[in-house]
Amino acid sequence: MTAEPFYKVAACVLIVIAVRIALRPGQARRFGTAAFWLLLGISFGVGTHLPPQVIGWMVTGMIVLAATGQVVGIGQREDRSAERESSARKLGNRLLFPTLAIPVIIVLGGIIFKYATIDGVSLVASSQATHVSLGLAAVIAWGMALWITRARPMTAFDEGGRLLQDISWAVILPQMLAALGGIFAAAGVGDVIAKAVGATIPTQYPVVAVVAYCTGMTLFTIIMGNAFAAFPVITLGIGLPFIVEQHGGNPAFMASLGMLSGYCGTLVTPMAANFNLVPAILLELEDRNAVIKAQLPFAVALWLFNVLVMAGCVYWI
Amino acid sequence: MAASFDHEYFEIKAGKTGAYQSLSVSVSAEDLIKLVGIVLIVVGFGLRLNTLLVVFVSGIVTGLVSGISWNELMALVGKLFVDNRFMTLPVVLLVPVIGVLEYYGLQEHAASMIRKAAGATAGRILLLYQFVREATSTVALHIGGHASMIRPLIVPMAEGAARLRVGRPLPKALREKLRGHAAAAENWGNFFADDIIVAVGPVLLMKGVLDAAGYPVSVWALGLSGIPTALAAVGIGWWRYRALDKDIEQAGKDSRNGDR
Repeated sequence: MTAEPFYKVAACVLIVIAVRIALRPGQARRFGTAAFWLLLGISFGVGTHLPPQVIGWMVTGMIVLAATGQVVGIGQREDRSAERESSARKLGNRLLFPTLAIPVIIVLGGIIFKYATIDGVSLVASSQATHVSLGLAAVIAWGMALWITRARPMTAFDEGGRLLQDISWAVILPQMLAALGGIFAAAGVGDVIAKAVGATIPTQYPVVAVVAYCTGMTLFTIIMGNAFAAFPVITLGIGLPFIVEQHGGNPAFMASLGMLSGYCGTLVTPMAANFNLVPAILLELEDRNAVIKAQLPFAVALWLFNVLVMAGCVYWI
Repeated sequence: MAASFDHEYFEIKAGKTGAYQSLSVSVSAEDLIKLVGIVLIVVGFGLRLNTLLVVFVSGIVTGLVSGISWNELMALVGKLFVDNRFMTLPVVLLVPVIGVLEYYGLQEHAASMIRKAAGATAGRILLLYQFVREATSTVALHIGGHASMIRPLIVPMAEGAARLRVGRPLPKALREKLRGHAAAAENWGNFFADDIIVAVGPVLLMKGVLDAAGYPVSVWALGLSGIPTALAAVGIGWWRYRALDKDIEQAGKDSRNGDR
């Protein structure tokens, strides 16, 4: 089993939301907005069956819609705080069950899928287990939420759509940044950076090699928005030749702390949109960089810790 | 970190980038022009242009100057977009659940619950969340999320606790700061204890790259090397959350003194 069925479910959610937007009388720019969510829904539903070029053009379409201001939110909404307070008192802890069910199902799914095999073949591919567990958890929690609140199913689409429209086009930013990272990799941008660092830094000193490697991991992660994209480039370009080959450092220890230094970069870059920008929108923050600002002192402190630990241990372990 | 590109791709990449180690290093003009995309990103973000457009144009220009054709670029964008749908999947699947529950007062209930716990402060709630998040991610279980936990539960609880200490609705700057730290708690918990005991994503990527480069390593050595940083992340988190709690106490004092 793969996560593909859950992409189909997500596609249905997106397409229903798109139709509701197209039919909503007061919605500004309703056709542009609906087209955006429809295109995203199609890419989720049949993305693996369409030629990649077609998806590429659909993505281009979504970006044109977003950049020309055609994708907008729901606008002014009525104040329902009194209704919410009274319903919260009435339903009480039952409201928590679906939310708490999500992590419980993810944990159970993680354990079960690890051992579930039919004729020695895993029921769920290990690379997909996280997404399958999450999909299951979401669908079950969805049923629980409707049952507990006695809400009409359409309420789920309308309230979910409201939240998605708040996030708006930023919802595809993580996917677009991943695509950008892929293009950078295909064009060899990382090789250029690794070469430039290797050519300019005095790596004959062991400590300098450690600092250069960690700095390279962090800077490249800041540019790419993803430490996993930085890891092979910087490890092969700086880490292995200088720390391991030249100075005899421990490759596993180096790699692990290098990756963790990369994560410090993830904490401070808008390029890591799914960790830093989308949450800022989801939490209705006015300052889109508020999450990055909160994370900056932590990132600096932990980065220094990583560099000190690596410099102190990598040549001795 | 749950997000990843596929490993196979990087193993190929690893073989390729390994080749130039033996070459003499020098950076040519054709090389430097490839960095134009990074310049575009920095300038575009600086001018606050539409982020999606900046990212898209940067990718297209980088591809074109590196000799990739328009049609190849469209195919590349399309493939990468579909390969990375998993990044958007949680948000799309969870908003209907969270939407319904919030419509029926989930945030209000979470806030009222915390008012009964006397010792609770915003910082302690966030520290506990980060700790549980880290502990579960050592076995590669990702129970949290900004959409599923932070927005519906953790933020209302932390704000409920903070509001008790301030004695009135939080000032806007403080509210933004608290929510920024709540989003951060999820990231800190997610990133810095990943895969220590059970290897799934990043550890396998590291092993793949090092093995392909001729330095076979065990997943245990990779995982255990992360322990000092995992502990430091809890310690540094504690320091940041304590600073947040101090700001909240200060706001409480200001409010009792009538905002002189």
